[in-house]
Amino acid sequence: MSAATGSPDLAIAPQALDTQAVPATQVRSYWQSVLYRLRHDPVTLAFAAIVLAIILTAIFAPEVAPFDPYRDSIIGRLKPFGWRNHLLGTDDLGRDMLSRLIYGGRIALLMGIVPVVIASAIGGTLGVVGGFAGGWINTAIMRTMDVFYAFPSVLLAVAIAGAMGGGILNGMLALTLVFIPPICRIAETATSQVRSLDFIEAARASGAGPLTIIRHHVLGNVLAPVFIYASSLVSVSMLLASGLSFLGLGVRPPTPDWGLMLSTLRQAIWVQPAVCAMPGVAIFITSVCFNLVSDGLRAAMDVRL
Amino acid sequence: MSLPAPDARDRGGPQQPLLIARDLRKHFAVKGAKGAKGRPKGRKMVQAVDGVSFAVRKGETLGVVGESGCGKSTLARLLLHLIVPDAGVLVFDGDEVAAPRGIAVAALRRQVQMVFQDSYSSLNPRMPVRDSVAFGPYVQGQPKSAARRVAQDMLAQVGLDPGLFGPRYPHELSGGQKQRVNIARALAMGPRMVVLDEPVSALDKSIEAQVLNLLLDLKQRLGLTYLFISHDLSVVRFIADRVLVMYLGRVVEIGPSDMLFARPLHPYTQALLASRPSMDPARRIEEPPIVGDPPNPIDPPPGCRFHTRCPYAEAVCSARDPALTAAEGWDAHAAACHIHDPASGHSLASRLAA
Repeated sequence: MSAATGSPDLAIAPQALDTQAVPATQVRSYWQSVLYRLRHDPVTLAFAAIVLAIILTAIFAPEVAPFDPYRDSIIGRLKPFGWRNHLLGTDDLGRDMLSRLIYGGRIALLMGIVPVVIASAIGGTLGVVGGFAGGWINTAIMRTMDVFYAFPSVLLAVAIAGAMGGGILNGMLALTLVFIPPICRIAETATSQVRSLDFIEAARASGAGPLTIIRHHVLGNVLAPVFIYASSLVSVSMLLASGLSFLGLGVRPPTPDWGLMLSTLRQAIWVQPAVCAMPGVAIFITSVCFNLVSDGLRAAMDVRL
Repeated sequence: MSLPAPDARDRGGPQQPLLIARDLRKHFAVKGAKGAKGRPKGRKMVQAVDGVSFAVRKGETLGVVGESGCGKSTLARLLLHLIVPDAGVLVFDGDEVAAPRGIAVAALRRQVQMVFQDSYSSLNPRMPVRDSVAFGPYVQGQPKSAARRVAQDMLAQVGLDPGLFGPRYPHELSGGQKQRVNIARALAMGPRMVVLDEPVSALDKSIEAQVLNLLLDLKQRLGLTYLFISHDLSVVRFIADRVLVMYLGRVVEIGPSDMLFARPLHPYTQALLASRPSMDPARRIEEPPIVGDPPNPIDPPPGCRFHTRCPYAEAVCSARDPALTAAEGWDAHAAACHIHDPASGHSLASRLAA
C-alpha cells in the first residue's frame, strides 16, 4: 500500500515513509460526508421528516384540509375536539380549526423562510465584502449594522412594520431588515477569520484576484456557519411573524394565520382552552422542529469534529 | 556547486543573481499607538525590516536565521510582494520588480513561490488537497482538467500517491503530508525560486529530515533556487550554501555556510551559535551566551541594534550604526560590526587590524 509504488518517476521512495501514516480510508467529498453524517443521525432525521410533513401539508393545503377554512357557522362556534367531524374543534366564528391551522401553515412558512433567505443573501454578501476588504469599508458596514443591532429584534420588527403599515409584504420586509445585521456579523466574523490564514496568502501568491479568492477559498468556509445560523433563524422569524400578526401588524383577518388566530382566540381561552391553544401548539411544534434540524445540520456540517 | 540545466526563462545567464534585494524597508504602524490627538504624524512604527540588502545566486540555497520577531517572515512576504515594501528595490533575474520597464508582480509570482510555516492554516480546510494544488495553475489560465493533471504530477513529485491523497481534506493528513502538499502547491506554479518560511519548524524530527531530503531532491531535479528561513541553526547548516543572519530587521552577517559556522564574525552570530546545545557533554555551557529579550522593534536602540546585549559594546556602538562591509563576490563573508571595521574606533578593531 506504499504511496510510492503508484508513480514510476518516484526516486524518493525512502522519504515517502510518512505517507503511510494514515490508512487508506474511503474518500468522500464534503457534501457527501455531510449527508453521511445526517443519515446516521436518527433524531435529526425524525424531526426533518416532521418539518417536511409540515411543509407538504402547507403546500397541499386545499387537498389536505377537511373543511373550507373560511366557512363559518353560527351554531358551531367554539366546539370541542371531534365535534361533528371537526377534529380540532371550531373557532369563535365556527370555522374548522384544523383546516385553518393547515392553511395558516402557508403564511407561517412563508414568513419564516422568505425573510431569512433574503436576509442571508444581503447580510452574507455585506459580511463577506466587509470581512475580506477590511479597513474603512468593514468599519462602515459593521457600524451601520451595529445601529440596527442595538434594538431588540422584536421591537425593531414592530417598529418597522408599524411604520410601514401591516400586511404580509411589509411584515416580511420588516423581518428581513431585522435579520440582516446578525447574519452579516456571522459572515463577517467567519470571513475575517479565514482571511488571515496562510492559504489566502498562498492564493494571492499564485496570482488570484480578490473575487477569485472569495469564490474559491472564502465562500466555502463562510457558507456553513451562515447556513447553520440562518436555519436557526427560521423559527425565530416564524415567532416574530406570529407576534406581528398578534399585534395586528401582519396578516389581516379573515386570512388564517397562527399568530392572528392565537390573538383572536385568547378571549375564548376560558371557554375552550384546548382548542384556543392549538395555534400556539402549531407554532411551538414547527419552531422546535426547525431548531432541532438546524442543530443536526450544525453537527453534520462541522468537518473538524 | 553544479548549476542546473539552463532554464528557458533564464535571462541574465548564470552570473546574474536570481534575486537582488537592495535596502528593503517595511515599517508597520502600531495600532492604538497614535500620537497626540490621533494624528498619524506621531504614530509609532514597528521597524520589521529596515534596510535589508542581499543577493541570491542562481541554484543556491540561502539560509536566513534569526530570533523570533527579527523580521524573517516579513522579509519572505516582501520578496513576493505579498506585503508591498515601503522602500527598496527588488531585482529578479535582472528585471526590477514592479518598475515601469521591469517585471510585473504577477509575473514575479509565477517564478517565485512560497511555502508557509503553518501547514494547517496554509491549506483550505474545505478543499481537497488536489484542488488546493491545482488552484495556482487554474488561476494562471489553465483549464481545470490540465490544472488537475499538474496537481496529480506534483503530488507524485513530493511523494504522495495522487490517487490516494489527492481527494483528501487537510484534516485527514499528517503534518508531514500537509507540508508535502504545501510544497507541491508552490511547485505547481513552476517557479524558479521558492521562499521557504520555516517549512519544517512544526514537524517532528524524523519527518523534518524526510521533508528536508525531499527539498534537496526537488531542488536538484527541478533546478530550483531556495531562500530558506529558519530559526533552527542545524537545519540551516544542513541545507544552506550561504547564510544570512538577521537581528531586529537588519542583516548583521552574511557568508558561506561553512565559513560562517566555523568562524562567526558578529557577536550576535557567535552568541547564536554558542546557544546551540552541544553534542559533547564536556562542552555544554552553563551560562546563556546572551541574556534578555531583543529590544522592542517599535523603538530600536540607536547605533548598532545589538549593543544593548553585546558583551563587547563600547561608546562607538551606541553612537554609530555599523555598515555591512560591502560584500563582493559569492564567497565574501561580512558582518555589520564595528569590531571588524578598523576605522571605527572600537578598541578591539585596532587589535584585529594589527
